Amino acid sequence: MSLTHYLVLAAILFAIGATTVLLRRNAIIVFMGVELMLNSTNLLLVTFSRIHGNLSGQVLAFFVMVVAAAEVVVGLAIIVSIFRTRRSASVDDVNLLKS
Amino acid sequence: MSPLITVLPVTALPAAAGALTDEGLTSTAEAVLFWTLGPLMVLAALALLFARKAVHAALAVVFIMISLAFLYVAQGAEFLGVVQVVVYTGAVMMLFLFVLMLVGVDRSDSLVETIRGQRAIGVLAGLGLGVVLAGVVGRAAYGPATGLAEANTPSNPEAVAHLIFGEHVLAMEIVGALLVTAALGALVLTHRLRLTTKVGQREQAERRLRGGGHPVSLPAPGVYARHNAMDVPALLPDGTPLETSVPRVLRVRGQEADAREYAARIDRVLAGGWASGAGTFTSDEDYRGELGGPVDGTVTVRDADGPVADGPAADPAAPQTHDEEDAR
Repeated sequence: MSLTHYLVLAAILFAIGATTVLLRRNAIIVFMGVELMLNSTNLLLVTFSRIHGNLSGQVLAFFVMVVAAAEVVVGLAIIVSIFRTRRSASVDDVNLLKS
Repeated sequence: MSPLITVLPVTALPAAAGALTDEGLTSTAEAVLFWTLGPLMVLAALALLFARKAVHAALAVVFIMISLAFLYVAQGAEFLGVVQVVVYTGAVMMLFLFVLMLVGVDRSDSLVETIRGQRAIGVLAGLGLGVVLAGVVGRAAYGPATGLAEANTPSNPEAVAHLIFGEHVLAMEIVGALLVTAALGALVLTHRLRLTTKVGQREQAERRLRGGGHPVSLPAPGVYARHNAMDVPALLPDGTPLETSVPRVLRVRGQEADAREYAARIDRVLAGGWASGAGTFTSDEDYRGELGGPVDGTVTVRDADGPVADGPAADPAAPQTHDEEDAR
């Protein structure tokens, strides 16, 4: 098995994550779609690091993980505060600025 | 370096984990692992896309992340594999589950399209993205893979640490600042100003006493030794029934027993009713039937009346007269 299979798997996971972001309404599930995309990118980085025999890809994946953790903390705090004021976690209901 | 350390198979595991053949192909064991986990991961990702409940989606994502950790370790990235489990499944997904509990687990997704054709366009865009990415990534020529056997000396975590704290140390510092900022941001975002003063136990008790309400628990229902069912009001020392002693539900339903009956009976006893026979009851049968005792069982009636007869009317002649009354 060549290493390209890992790359294709990462691409498929990324596409599914992007589709989740496009289709789902629940803000938390949308957020999980973003996490899936980040994870698939990490798989891509790790695989490329192995293909090239260079650990920089793994270091980059590590930083992606840390930034993703920070992003999750802030994002979930935003979701919770929106839920407090609007009683809803649906991305469609956040149209306060519309009218 | 002491001979002991060189003998120890420190590099044995990393070399075995990410080992490649000369043509840059993986070992059969790794292929088996990939073909087992890969389809399952895609299935779990589809579960994230289609699951109606957010908790199921979260569990699917947890599965994907653990599988990714397996793949990282298999690819010779042991450090990232461990970090993946600790950070993603241990912290991030647990945070997701916490927020799900906070926001409401049963909140299902609405299936109403607010933008017309959004779903079709979204599916099309997702499929297109997948095809393009997989096509580009899968068809590009990378040449034979090098493998990490050389880069992972003496071990993967050590090599990664040399890179992180050597070449990328500035990024590491900035990431630390980012994490602190994110934690502060989460605190600020979820902070809520208290608009009213805090009501503690003391304030609540004081307010209750000041309001003139009932500061303690309500009296228990029932006239003991006469009738202690829930629907019978308790009697005050002067014989007045206490409406509040009957549970509110029974009062609302109109299921409480007639307080006046019992009050009248007490009045009769207080006034020496049994002895004189000057009660307000039309007949003794009614009274005994209400008590639940047998109609002609004078003993039961007298037993039930025993403690009450301790009142002012308790002269020894009373039961006897009662018997005579019943005999008539």
